[in-house]
Amino acid sequence: MKLLQLQRTMARAVMQPLTPSERMQRKAPDGKSMREYAGRFIKPNDRLTSFERLEIYNRQYWLRLFSSMIEDFPGLRSVLGGRRFDAMCNAYLVDCPSRSFTLRNLGSRLESWLGKHPEWAGSKQALALDIVRLEWAEIEAFDGKAEPALRPEDLNTLDPSSLRLELQPHIRLLSLHYPVDDLLLEVRKDDSDTDFASNTFQERRKRKRVQAVAKLKPADIFLAVHRFDDSVYFRRIEPEEFAILSALRKGKPLNKAIETALRNTSMPLEERPAAVQGWFKNWAALGWFCKPDKKAAVS
Amino acid sequence: MPANRFNGFTDYGIGIGLRAPHYHHILTRKPVCDWFEIISENFMIDGGRPLKVLDSILDQYKVVQHGVSMYFGSAEKPNREHLRRLKELVKRTKTPWVSDHLCWGSIDGRYTHDLLPMPYTFEAARLTAQKVREVRDFLEVPVAVENVSSYAEFHVSEMNEWEFLNEVVERADCGILLDVNNIYVSSQNHSFDPFTYVNSVRAERVAQIHIAGHSKYRKYILDTHDHPVIDPVWKLYQRAIQRVGHTATLLEWDDSIPSFQEVHNEALKANRFLSSTLLATAV
Repeated sequence: MKLLQLQRTMARAVMQPLTPSERMQRKAPDGKSMREYAGRFIKPNDRLTSFERLEIYNRQYWLRLFSSMIEDFPGLRSVLGGRRFDAMCNAYLVDCPSRSFTLRNLGSRLESWLGKHPEWAGSKQALALDIVRLEWAEIEAFDGKAEPALRPEDLNTLDPSSLRLELQPHIRLLSLHYPVDDLLLEVRKDDSDTDFASNTFQERRKRKRVQAVAKLKPADIFLAVHRFDDSVYFRRIEPEEFAILSALRKGKPLNKAIETALRNTSMPLEERPAAVQGWFKNWAALGWFCKPDKKAAVS
Repeated sequence: MPANRFNGFTDYGIGIGLRAPHYHHILTRKPVCDWFEIISENFMIDGGRPLKVLDSILDQYKVVQHGVSMYFGSAEKPNREHLRRLKELVKRTKTPWVSDHLCWGSIDGRYTHDLLPMPYTFEAARLTAQKVREVRDFLEVPVAVENVSSYAEFHVSEMNEWEFLNEVVERADCGILLDVNNIYVSSQNHSFDPFTYVNSVRAERVAQIHIAGHSKYRKYILDTHDHPVIDPVWKLYQRAIQRVGHTATLLEWDDSIPSFQEVHNEALKANRFLSSTLLATAV
C-alpha cells in the first residue's frame, strides 16, 4: 500500500464517529467489518488486535475535537444541553472537518452550518445562532490584529469632509435577537467562583440560572466585542452606534456613515450632536480606531 | 560549549515548555530558567495577549519553537499559510532551530490534530525528507524532527522505527529531537528494547532531547505529559546523554500542570546526568 492510500484509509477510519459509548464503530467506512478493515493495514500485537490499535487513534481524534468545541462554545452547550451539544458537534465535525493547522479555527463554520441545520436547536434556533455568533466573535477578538490606535493629532492634517476611519481589526460588531451576553456571563460565573459548594450543587445552580436567562424573551441588542488591555469585552451599544460603526467598517466616509446611521433614528434632533460626540469620545478612548493610512484615509 | 551543527552550536541547558498557567509566575517572579520551548501554533496568530506574553518572555529568556502540525510525513504539500505564519514567528523569536514531529496528521486538506504514526517504508522516508528540506529552505533555520509515541504498526513497514528515523534525517540532512519518553512508550507498546533504539540513533544529529511523563493502561501506554518522569525514562536519558553529549533538554508537561517550581524542579533532575557527562568529558 502506497503512503497516500494508507493515509487516506487510516484517516477515514480515524475520522469516523464513535458509538454512543465512545468506542470505534464495528462497521468500517466502506461498509464492511472494521475488524477486517483495520487488519488490512495495521498489525496486531500480543495484547491488542488491529481493531483495538486503530481504536486508540479514533477515540483520541474525537475526544480532542470534542474537548476543543466544549472549550470554545460553553454558551451553546448550555443552550442545547450536554448530550445534544455532543451529538451536534459530531454532526458538525463530520460535515466540516478541520481544514486548518490550528484547532483555534475548528468552530469557524459553525454559525453557517447551524443555520442550515435548525433541527439541532429546534425552537431555540435563533438563540443558538446568537450565542454561536458571540462565542466566535470572542475567539476572533481575543487574537485578532490590533493596529496602532488613532491619536487626536493624527486627524489634524486630514480633510473631515472625506475622512474615512478604520476600525481595529479585532472588533466584531453584532446585531443579536437575544441578550446572549448575559447568558454567557452566567455560564462563566461559576467557573470562576471559588466557594465551597459541591460541584453537583454548582452545576445545578448554574443550570437553573442559565435556563432562566435562556427563557428570556427575545430582545434586540447590539454588541461590540473588542479587546482592551488584552482582555475581551462585550460592550452593548446603541442601534445608532452600531449603524455608524458598521458603515465605517464598510469603508464609508465619516460624514456619510453618520448621516446614514441617523436617517431613521427616533432620537430628537437637538440631542444628536452631543450623542455622536459622546460616542466618538468613548470609541477613541477605547482605541477602536486605527491610525489612518494617509493614502487610504482620504479619497 | 558547541554541541553539533543541528542545534545552533549552543549549549542551551535545561528548559521547560512555556504553558499558560505559568505565565503570571514567570512574568512577575522572573525565575531563573535556561530556556523555554513554545508550541509554535499557539503563537501563529495576529495579535492579543499570547503575543504580548511571548514578547515579554523573549526580552528575558531564550525561546525555542516546537510545532505540532507541520506533519512532515503527510503525503501532501506543506500548507502555505502555515509556513507563512511559522516564518513570521521564527523572525519574531529568532529561534535557533525549529522542531516538529516525524509523523503525519493531515490528508487531502483535512486535519486530525493528532500525531499519527508513519509506515516505515523507503517511499515514506523519501517523501518526508523532501518535505523537511522544503520547510527548512523556506524557514531558513535548522529543522529537527521528533520521534513520536505510537500505538500502531503497519504491515507495509520495511524497517524498524530507528532505521526509519535515521533514513529520514540522513536524506533530509536535518537534526533529531530525541524524545526518550516517546521511545520508552513505543518500546512498551511494540515490545522492543528502548536502549537498542537510543544506541542506534545518529548521535551527531541530536539537536535536542525531550523528557516527559506518561500514563499506563492495562494493555498499552499513552503519551499524556501529565506525570513526572519515571526512572526507566531517566535511564534512557542518561544513556542518550552518554552518547550525544551535553544537549539542550526539555521537560514537557501539558496536562494537570502543577506549579512552575514543581515542573522546573522535575526538569532540573536532568542535571544529575548532564553534570556526570561533563565530568566524564573533563576526565
